[in-house]
Amino acid sequence: MSGGTPGWVARVEAIRASVTARRLFYAVLAGLVLVDLLVPKAEGLPWWEALMGFAAVYGFISCVLIIAVSKLLGRAGLMKRENYYD
Amino acid sequence: MTEWSWIHPASVFFLGAALLPWVQARLRGAYLLLIPVVAGLMLFTASPGVYGVYPFLGQELIFGRVDALSRLFGVIFILMAFIGIVYGLHEKGRTGHSAAALIYVGGALGVVFSGDFISVFIFSEVMAFSSVFLIWLQRDAASLAAGFRYILMHLFGGVCLLGGLVIQLMATGSTAFEPTAVNGIGPVLILIGFLVNAAVPPLSAWLSDAYPEATVTGAVFLSAFTTKTAVYCLIRGFPGTEELVWLGAVMAIYGVVYAVLENDIRRLLAYHIISQVGYMVAGVGMGTALALNGSSAHAFAHILYKGLLFMGAGAVIQMTGKRKLTELGGLYRTMPITLTLYMIGGFSISAFPLFSGFVSKSMVVAAAEESHLTTIWLMLTLASAGTFLHTGLKLPYYTFFWKDSGIRASEPPANMLWAMGLAALLCVGIGVAPQALYALLPYPVNYAPYTAHHVVGALQLLLFTGLGFMLLLKMLDPEPTISLDTDWFYRKGARGLLWLADHPIARADARLGEAYLTLVLNPLARLVQWSWVFERRVIDGAVNGAASVTHAFALHARRIQSGQLQHYALAMVVGVSVFLAAYLLWF
Repeated sequence: MSGGTPGWVARVEAIRASVTARRLFYAVLAGLVLVDLLVPKAEGLPWWEALMGFAAVYGFISCVLIIAVSKLLGRAGLMKRENYYD
Repeated sequence: MTEWSWIHPASVFFLGAALLPWVQARLRGAYLLLIPVVAGLMLFTASPGVYGVYPFLGQELIFGRVDALSRLFGVIFILMAFIGIVYGLHEKGRTGHSAAALIYVGGALGVVFSGDFISVFIFSEVMAFSSVFLIWLQRDAASLAAGFRYILMHLFGGVCLLGGLVIQLMATGSTAFEPTAVNGIGPVLILIGFLVNAAVPPLSAWLSDAYPEATVTGAVFLSAFTTKTAVYCLIRGFPGTEELVWLGAVMAIYGVVYAVLENDIRRLLAYHIISQVGYMVAGVGMGTALALNGSSAHAFAHILYKGLLFMGAGAVIQMTGKRKLTELGGLYRTMPITLTLYMIGGFSISAFPLFSGFVSKSMVVAAAEESHLTTIWLMLTLASAGTFLHTGLKLPYYTFFWKDSGIRASEPPANMLWAMGLAALLCVGIGVAPQALYALLPYPVNYAPYTAHHVVGALQLLLFTGLGFMLLLKMLDPEPTISLDTDWFYRKGARGLLWLADHPIARADARLGEAYLTLVLNPLARLVQWSWVFERRVIDGAVNGAASVTHAFALHARRIQSGQLQHYALAMVVGVSVFLAAYLLWF
């Protein structure tokens, strides 16, 4: 793969920069939440788990929470320079 | 019962390692591949039962207990050994490394088929002392130090196990490796021994410390065997131990939290081993048939996808010579196959529908729901989001996309890609057709992973995690740092101990020496001096004085001895007179 950028790399770069791809992703997210209306819920679930879009909200909150708490702990002293133990 | 109609799969690996030095270099690859194949045949031809029982110190050593659970772990260990050997085929001439890996796998199989704690202990030690060479053979200062810390922690775990089994033997008269109630110090010590090997925090730092320092192939083997052998031991020995539910759930989150901060790609994956083993440990704690099936199935699936992820990260390290996210980026241009195969591992660990994690991890999560453990369910689900965030998004994004680091590394050697391809195939195969895996599980399976609700819920959870990743991308940019973990206590602790020895203890020693000198030695010396003077002046004086008085008296008395009889007669008369007079005067 030496010399010149192959065409498919250019295409990947185009998709990475494209606004349409991003919009498509958002549309998929919205669709996933809406599909919840059609999905039959299993018996015996906690009430909140049967709410529309519960997993979506919980996933997003989890993601934000993990990043925030980790970074907080890191800043609070867990993160050290690389030669800390040397 | 003791019949030898069965050849232990571990013995195939041990024998294979022993004969390795005599195999010609050009035949070595085929020879190595033959070992797991033969071991697999030995396992498949064995019918359930107990083989290889030896009397030992009044106990029975049981080397060959074959049942559904031990067979499941035997199958996946042999399968992973085959994949790992394919991955390392290009490393010609590293016979020491291959032998260490073979003995390590043999040790793991030894534990799995053991029917008593003494055999478990022996094979655990075989594992510890062979696997450390997969770290040391990286041959640099960091791996040497990490290897020593690794072996010390495993020695600690081994001593706990040995102490526990001896106490258990004294208390119950048995060392049988059966479900054990945690009552008394013996079972607690055995449990701690297993928890060290399962990398349960705070006893987990050896894993994230040592695995990233291992050789590229060595880390693939390490990721598969030690912790999963421990999971097997927990399933076998401590099902339904409630404390494990919470330990496991905390573990699942612990690994995820550390992965956010991590810059070293294999250390990030190592933290995710801790997180994933957390699901298995929690399942053991729940102890229901669904939960134990879930832990077993997840261990099986985990070995394959985690091996695949470590193979992908190893390929990047092998081809670029770099291991930190801050130094990587843009590799998709020249390593698209590695990226694709890595992503199959990433989707599997994240439990995307149609990938292996979806059908195994969800059994544990469903078991939490079934047992009405709502908090545990929430914790495990949160950790699932974190798993995708790091293994499926952060690591591949910053390694293969992000900025263009300018590195134009080519794809790894074909055998590495084949190994990854085989693991990827199995990951997808299990995800698409879970019944094959479910048929191997220890309990009958009455669980259907592919319900509309579960699929939609999983996709929502994962894709909205992806949304969070997109929005918070800047916060996740890797930083060239390391993170403090519980190894701080023994790394800085050891340094503290040395400082203590060098400073306060050395000073105290000097002070004590001084005090000894002033309070004991000097007075003693003075006493000696005094007694010398006393002896010279007083005792010698008295003796000499007596002598000189006698001498002087003798000199004078000599004069009396004139030699003339009349003088003696006079002295006698005078003497008798004096005595007589004295007698008359006093009496």
